[in-house]
Amino acid sequence: MISRTERTLTYAILALFTVVSLTPVLGILATALGPQSSLSTGFTLPDDGLHWGNFADAWTSGHFGTYLRNSALVTLSVVAVATLLSVLAGYAFGVMRFPGSTPLFYLFVLGLALPQEALVVPLYFDLRHLELTDTYWGLILPQAAQSLAFGVFWMRTYFRGSARSVIEAARIDGANSWTTLWRVLVPMARPAISTLVVIVFMWTWNEFLMALVMVSDEAHRTVPLGLAFFQGQHSSETALLAAAAVLIALPVVIVYVALQRRFIAGMLSGAVKE
Amino acid sequence: MKRAPRGPARLTGRYARRAPGEPRAVGYLYVLPALALYGALLVFPFGQSVWLSLLHWDGLTAATWAGGDNYHDLLTDPDLRAPFAHALILLVFYSALPVAIGLLLAALLSRARVRGMTFFRTVLFLPQVLALVVVGVAWRSILAPDGLLNDTLEAVGLGTLARPWLGDYDWALPAVGIVGTWVGTGLCMVLFLAGAQRIPRELYEAARLDGAGPIREFLAVTLPGLRPQIAVALTLTIVAGLRNFDLIYITTSGGPGNATSVPAYEVYHRAFETNQVGSAAAIGVTLTLLIFVLTVGISRLVEGRRT
Repeated sequence: MISRTERTLTYAILALFTVVSLTPVLGILATALGPQSSLSTGFTLPDDGLHWGNFADAWTSGHFGTYLRNSALVTLSVVAVATLLSVLAGYAFGVMRFPGSTPLFYLFVLGLALPQEALVVPLYFDLRHLELTDTYWGLILPQAAQSLAFGVFWMRTYFRGSARSVIEAARIDGANSWTTLWRVLVPMARPAISTLVVIVFMWTWNEFLMALVMVSDEAHRTVPLGLAFFQGQHSSETALLAAAAVLIALPVVIVYVALQRRFIAGMLSGAVKE
Repeated sequence: MKRAPRGPARLTGRYARRAPGEPRAVGYLYVLPALALYGALLVFPFGQSVWLSLLHWDGLTAATWAGGDNYHDLLTDPDLRAPFAHALILLVFYSALPVAIGLLLAALLSRARVRGMTFFRTVLFLPQVLALVVVGVAWRSILAPDGLLNDTLEAVGLGTLARPWLGDYDWALPAVGIVGTWVGTGLCMVLFLAGAQRIPRELYEAARLDGAGPIREFLAVTLPGLRPQIAVALTLTIVAGLRNFDLIYITTSGGPGNATSVPAYEVYHRAFETNQVGSAAAIGVTLTLLIFVLTVGISRLVEGRRT
């Protein structure tokens, strides 16, 4: 249908963009495996074997072990809270009818476009007043709240489209709404829920501004924050900096590569309104 | 409260939407936990932001009423206007360029059946997945005085063009912009490729029978077919571009001077570094308005033309 030249050109262009996409990623990977003594602030290619020890050094001397633990704790909590509350609210918005449900739902949707910059200033003063800054709660609560905009939207869309006849069958069997949700709908909704889990996981793991504002002590730093401070203090230690960056990116990249189809679908629907 | 329609519709309306014996209000119980958290930590703070933006406050001593002063300053103070101007310039890089490049690729790829599409899609979308802090660290290395970009320029005999990209008054903003283009392009391509595959083949065949060349074909078939995806791509990239904080913080901290300062960075800088809380809140609220206006504008534009 199309000419050989055009086909070749197509692949050449795709290859070019693949290289452009991958260069910074591979560059930082190469630097992470390079010698620590290198004075270059640019990328270095390891020429005397791979220095796997950089990761161990970043883990211990860069305190990234602590940061990763903090990130894991905060992310798991946010994912658990946001997913549970999104499923409950999405279920009500999707299959029940009650006065005010439409405006309430739109209140959640508006949150999709609300930038953090419009919240972070009062949130800091509020949470400081409650003595929650420099605690895990100060990181968990605001991020869980912000994830709800997408979570409620996503779960409502799913429940609206899920088979009405299934719900009715459950009701004829005498199940109340609670039993219907947990015994029938949630098991069916596993793909939709896992997409939500993955998206919220990535957003929370990568979150920077909220963490920067809420945390000033080192003990509660999450990984993106740790990397920013590490760069500020040890900008000449390129190899360790790169190793730390790889450690931070790895969990998300692994999940992404494994579930890329679901991942992309979830991210793209974040802004797609009905 | 709306009255339920009469007749059979009313019956299904009543019985399909709740379990027998449960009151209607049960819906509220399911919404309540989410609403409480969302209200307390999102809706309420946003209200507070609006209130703070009407005050002069340094975060420590008593606040005084400012009325519209903070907003007036946004229009008149060059230090406040510059970040908004930078943000609009960056949107060319963060939004316009990725959409244009994405369309170009979709135009090419919609004509050919590509093998290994999953691989290309995964790789091209990868920049969206990385933490912007990691992206910033990687690109700082590339743009450093002895970084990959300058090395490459020297290797191909263009050494005179080499410069400390992020430290150059004229080049720092475009340099940060290029990073944004790198992040956004894959997203647009993935969206447009998915959209292009949904365009019916017959439309292309019909266009070809009518003697349309590649360009006509693109303008008459691909472009109209991609309208919803273009709207989504514009919305996503514009919102992401206006919210851009992480990249600026990591790569330039708004410098040199304030050459790369953007509203999001200015909010942080004013509220937590120079104690101008009211002014910071006003920037945050203005940014929100800007995002809403642009988002609504884009969806209007697209829907208006479709009908």
